[in-house]
Amino acid sequence: MVTEPGPATDPRPSLAVWKFASCDGCQLTLLDCEDELLGLTERVRIDHFVEMSSAEGADRGTASLAGRGPYDLSLVEGSITTAGDEERIQHVRRISRRLVTIGACATAGGIQALRNFADVDDFLAAVYAQPEYIATLETSTPISAHVPVDFELRGCPIDRRQLLEVVTAYLAGRKPQISNHSVCFECKRRGTTCITVAHGTPCLGPVTHAGCGAICPAYGRGCYGCFGPSSKPNLRSMVAQLRRDGMSERDIQRVFRTFNAASPEYAPVPDLAAEEQQSPPA
Amino acid sequence: MNHRGTRVLRLDALARVEGEAALYLRVEGDTVAETRLRIYEPPRFFEAFLTGRGHTEPPDITARICGICPVAYQMSACRAIEDACGVTVGGSLAELRRLLYCGEWIESHTLHIYLLHAPDFLGRPDVVALARHQRSAVERGLRIKQTGNAILEQLGGRPIHPVNVRVGGFYRTPEREELRPLAERLRQAREDAVETVRWVAAFDFPDAVCDHDLFALSDPGCYAIDSGTPAVMAARRQSPMLHEFPLAEFEQHVEEAQVPHSTARTTTLDGRRYLTGPLARYAINGRWLHPVAAEVARDAGLGDPLTGALCDNPFRSIVVRAVEVVQAIEEALRIIGGYERPPRPVVEVTPRQAVGTGATEAPRGLLYHRYALSEDGTLTGARIIPPTAQNQTAIEEDVRKTVQARLETAGPAADDEELTHLCERAIRNHDPCISCAAHFLDMTVQRT
Repeated sequence: MVTEPGPATDPRPSLAVWKFASCDGCQLTLLDCEDELLGLTERVRIDHFVEMSSAEGADRGTASLAGRGPYDLSLVEGSITTAGDEERIQHVRRISRRLVTIGACATAGGIQALRNFADVDDFLAAVYAQPEYIATLETSTPISAHVPVDFELRGCPIDRRQLLEVVTAYLAGRKPQISNHSVCFECKRRGTTCITVAHGTPCLGPVTHAGCGAICPAYGRGCYGCFGPSSKPNLRSMVAQLRRDGMSERDIQRVFRTFNAASPEYAPVPDLAAEEQQSPPA
Repeated sequence: MNHRGTRVLRLDALARVEGEAALYLRVEGDTVAETRLRIYEPPRFFEAFLTGRGHTEPPDITARICGICPVAYQMSACRAIEDACGVTVGGSLAELRRLLYCGEWIESHTLHIYLLHAPDFLGRPDVVALARHQRSAVERGLRIKQTGNAILEQLGGRPIHPVNVRVGGFYRTPEREELRPLAERLRQAREDAVETVRWVAAFDFPDAVCDHDLFALSDPGCYAIDSGTPAVMAARRQSPMLHEFPLAEFEQHVEEAQVPHSTARTTTLDGRRYLTGPLARYAINGRWLHPVAAEVARDAGLGDPLTGALCDNPFRSIVVRAVEVVQAIEEALRIIGGYERPPRPVVEVTPRQAVGTGATEAPRGLLYHRYALSEDGTLTGARIIPPTAQNQTAIEEDVRKTVQARLETAGPAADDEELTHLCERAIRNHDPCISCAAHFLDMTVQRT
């Protein structure tokens, strides 16, 4: 196996990519940077990225699940759902100078956090004939519930341009320029006519974190919140608007209980949706 | 090397696969006694939390099972819900769905060919090391991959978890003019894809024969992607006829069992081990390849697909994948060439109490969904059988045969590193997607 120069002689900062419970889509986003990938690897040494490489970066042997560290920047995909992963994330934090979570699973627990609202034993029995073979925790939790996190990149999946900005920023030693305003700002910037105002289409844009580039409204679809809550979302007003646009209590609960279901900001939604149900708009 | 006594190899990470699994291999004397692919990717319980959701939700929710093949999930989900509701999506809406799926085939196959698989044949740990020696080849691969992603972005809004797909069709369909730039890129990509077939066909392939039953959708008149009838070809053509069965009877033929070492459920087809994916599709659908794809397949030494040639060396699956990229590009160009914007972006799908099934060909094999709906469209049950779970047993058998053949080879005995590398290669041949199946490979070889 031909390998690259060793870290001792390599001045490039090192990058590691880690996976916990997830769909692989956010780490795939790095490989989707077709124009930038080879250029990026001239500036960064990708030392640990099991999905991409069977070697531990430079001449440090074959890839292992635990990695060897230390790494200048770790990108972490996925949520914590097993006792083994609870320990592994502590290890990853210890060997990482900076740790950035990528995506809704690592940042909010992901769609698998729907178990947090149910009995995990029922879930096990529904999927597996012999649930005793499966070891899992009762909850799916974000990385920040276990270790300090330097930055959280939102999205299900993350946006490629935002990922490049975060990696570039940390490697340059500056803060990433990622704003936490709502999708509405991006929609205006894109020049899309508001689909709620024009067509009465239910849309979570006003309370959803920007970053996707406001894709859904440009396709005539209401935002479905895959980037999670924006900063200080006005949920009471949002829920009232969704009701006016024809959504039932059940549909409102469903749309918030998806890819960022366990975001603490969304906790009041079930009560708000029920209130609105009792007092329909005039 | 002493072939008596117990020998244990450990590799805690099978790299260049999607997701996390481990391999256990026990060798007694000169015989492989046991091979177990242990999928330890934590379960996420999609089938459980789908129950109680609305009938419009499975395409977006099940896409999140796999970031590598979200379109496959969206398409199988749509077909199953539409089947339950008695709706058929046809005409240019069906063509647009197939175009979107071609984008995913091009992207996912090229990812596997260039970034995950080719490094095995060229003795490099990854694409970055490969690019230092074959930069123009890697750049060619990235261009093709980007073209696949361009289709996904145009039709789907973004390459991973597209937003424009819905039960009944799309939120918005493109104007004819909007697809024109895609056609230009696809024509460039076609040259790159033909060159890719030549590039991979010249790799050095270990001798190997797989003898699994082959299972793919059959869609007479076209190379099955987004629709078709389940069809089985007996191993090594012991029976000359394809055995087909209606999709509604899928679970009577494909039986799932749970094994202690895995969070995926393993499956048998009519009680037998089987393989789904490119080798199976090529055997069952080869005669329907586009002439350009058929010609490059012949030139690549795969035999004549028009007369039913098989490729039974799993190491050559990379060549079949490369041919399928040419096929997907030709198909995408055909669809764009004949495209007329449909009058409406979506067919109305009214829920009813029923059960529906849907199956399509994900890049790595057949993906089956079944949903039960109540009258108001609430899901009362869901079953998803992904390709890698179906292939798990065949992959284990390939690993066993590959290692066994090496143990029987005269000359210096294989050391642990060589055996480990062989096992990883035998697994990567099938582009396993562990995230789908679990529900990496951590390897233990035990020798007695």
